[in-house]
Amino acid sequence: MEQTQAGPAIVSLEGVTKRFPGIVANDRVDLDIRAGEVHVLLGENGAGKSTLISMLSGLQQPDDGRILIDGVEMPIRSPSHALSLGIGTVFQHNMLVPTLTVAENLALGGRWWQRPRIAELTARVAEIARPLGIDINLGARVSELSLGEQQQVEIVRALLRDSRLLILDEATSMLTPKGIAELGALMRRLVERGLAVVFITHKLGEAADFGDRVSVLKLGRKVGEITSERLRMLERAALVDEIVAMMFGRQAGADEISIPPRAANDDALLEVRELSMAETSDAPGLDRISFAIGHGEILGIAGIDGNGQKQLAEALAGQRPTDSGSVMLAGQALDGLDVGGRRKRGLRYLTDDRLGEGTVGTFPVSINYFLKQIGEPPLWRSGMERTREIDARAIELTRRYDVRTPGISTPVGRLSGGNIQKVLIARELADGARAVIFNKPTYGLDLANTLATRQRVRDIAGQGLAVLLISTDLEELLSMCHRIAVISQGRLVGIVSNGDRAGERVGRLMIGLAA
Amino acid sequence: MGGFFTDTFLTALLFGAVTAAIPLLLAGLGEQMSEKAGVLNIGIEGMMITGAYIGFVGAYYSGSFWIGFIAGAAGGMAVASLMALLCVRFGLNQIVIGIALTLGLEGLTSLLHHFQFSRSYPRLPAAEVTPIPLLSDIPVLGPALFRHHLIVYLAVAMVGVMIWVYKRTQFGLNLQAAGDKPAALDVAGIDVIRTRTVAVLFTGGMAGIGGAYLANVGAGLFIPFITNGAGFLGIVLAMLARGRPVWVLVGALIFGGCLSMTTAAQVAGIRIPTDVIQMLPFLAVMAMLVLFGRRAGLPAALGIPYERGAR
Repeated sequence: MEQTQAGPAIVSLEGVTKRFPGIVANDRVDLDIRAGEVHVLLGENGAGKSTLISMLSGLQQPDDGRILIDGVEMPIRSPSHALSLGIGTVFQHNMLVPTLTVAENLALGGRWWQRPRIAELTARVAEIARPLGIDINLGARVSELSLGEQQQVEIVRALLRDSRLLILDEATSMLTPKGIAELGALMRRLVERGLAVVFITHKLGEAADFGDRVSVLKLGRKVGEITSERLRMLERAALVDEIVAMMFGRQAGADEISIPPRAANDDALLEVRELSMAETSDAPGLDRISFAIGHGEILGIAGIDGNGQKQLAEALAGQRPTDSGSVMLAGQALDGLDVGGRRKRGLRYLTDDRLGEGTVGTFPVSINYFLKQIGEPPLWRSGMERTREIDARAIELTRRYDVRTPGISTPVGRLSGGNIQKVLIARELADGARAVIFNKPTYGLDLANTLATRQRVRDIAGQGLAVLLISTDLEELLSMCHRIAVISQGRLVGIVSNGDRAGERVGRLMIGLAA
Repeated sequence: MGGFFTDTFLTALLFGAVTAAIPLLLAGLGEQMSEKAGVLNIGIEGMMITGAYIGFVGAYYSGSFWIGFIAGAAGGMAVASLMALLCVRFGLNQIVIGIALTLGLEGLTSLLHHFQFSRSYPRLPAAEVTPIPLLSDIPVLGPALFRHHLIVYLAVAMVGVMIWVYKRTQFGLNLQAAGDKPAALDVAGIDVIRTRTVAVLFTGGMAGIGGAYLANVGAGLFIPFITNGAGFLGIVLAMLARGRPVWVLVGALIFGGCLSMTTAAQVAGIRIPTDVIQMLPFLAVMAMLVLFGRRAGLPAALGIPYERGAR
């Protein structure tokens, strides 16, 4: 038996599996959540943390496996059922009604015939919040509170409902460093009072600082757990190393590494110098990005999603204006050219938003091949579409790129993700491509298409083109890139040559440690 | 011009304004609850015409105005339950379903009326009036405002009831949460679908009573398409009122006044083409939209079906 002050598991997951169309979000996950412990769930985006939480909070039902409450099997049917079982959740995106006051939000969920008992509530909030060091203005409208304050309101709300288990989903993502430290202290006080806390994060440092127990999720599977006694034994540095190994270490069965050979011609084909863009309220900017890609080279961009990858790709493609810096392709400056101009020079961009931005779903496959040449000869002459010419070329492309479609007149939106990707590749590689930017090319594809797409990217590099491969899947980058750059908050924080221990070095850069 | 504004004229004008305003008030208050809960209830015109028809039939055969109102409410709620099933439960498009219900029921009620009464338009007796003691003796205003059917005072009292529901009850909070952030209500343990369904049913009931009043008290008979856009005016009122019941009352009285002008001006023999006068309420709608419409803060989730766990 484990010797900890933590009690028995109050909630256990056994072999919980959840599938969504095309992906397995959680694959046979086992988890024990104990009273008196901060249990950290650590994993990257897409590791399945949020799905796990939505099952614990009753928003979704597992497809397989079971959930035990106090050792008894108990499917969590709905959010209100979860609340009645003592499971309170603070979601990543806050669940407060902005137009109501704090008190009114706390009163939500009472029986409908009751009056909201604001006075009673005030007393109880004071009783709960004061020992925890939380100061809440009950009369304030939620839209006027800071995000940190809103989160405190949600924590107090969970406690008002006598929660035994408090789930904090990516709770620090919107907080200032001071707010994060305060939240850590608050979690400590909560577990001292006998609550169980599940703390979800993708930041390793927070896991090491706040956790009593750490479970690591990766691509829907739990790949490791550090128990509380082991956690207490380890030095922080050793602990971080162990977690990094779990998060980024290679596992048996991962697809094979095959980096395309390239001639020792190191002339830069695509060169980016000091590219900068101001950040906006909802997107990071770019901070003096510089890199060069040679002929036949694949440069990977690793990083946690939302750190400027899309901005970088769109800036290079000419879809987003930049503030300063320059882009050179084969020695020619592309600055000032629009999307069409850059495309003509041979710079091609495959968006990750395949249906939204990459194709017109209701248009036939044939027209989608030539979306970027509409109105231009030879397929269009004096404004007239030359159907026969278009069809002949479309049939040829369909064959060459192995697009599985019922016909070239099928609306592209009806195809599978992998085949839409092929249509995009066919379009972008046509007529003089020299450098290709891939943004998450295998995102949402099944295994067979993922492997096929990766091989195609390798082939493209093999033909001597420069490839910029943006991906949040580190394994993917390690399996094909010559070098991997890490982007964090719009800045390249380092470039690592692929090879021995590259994965760990990139992993450390991604989470803000030095390589 | 002084000749127009005789006591009789003013009394008739105001009395007509109140009579015309009551259906709008009922529809507006009803629609307001749906909108608060996040459902844009375009089907309200269909609920109203159904209430008018069923209410008329109920009153005609029973001889009781109250049974007429109850039947009207039931008719409106029956249509509302269909709307709730399709738009709230199944999450279909609220605008499309609303328009379909309205057009379908306008046709259906005309057809049923034709089967039942052929081409005759039987009338109900004048509704019994409940004068309010003392107040009804005030010159001009008394007979205009305080000699109405009891349902009129109840409708005005509903304004107070609605304020109380929205401001003081748990259900009011739930409604607002369902319209502004349904996911928050869901995780608070309240069924969003149920909350919205209740709101839509209430709208149907209010619209049905409004329709019954329009036919039974206002006109004294049912003719096809009698509601003539009153439900749509209710939607406008609810949108302009931004969740405040008092403003529904104010707006209903302004529109009612315009509608009443149409008749009053004819009685007074003003030589303006009636077509022009009949445009008044709609000009008033446009004027009010220009004046207040851009400030109207509508619920964030208005018109968006709620699906649990959808991202």
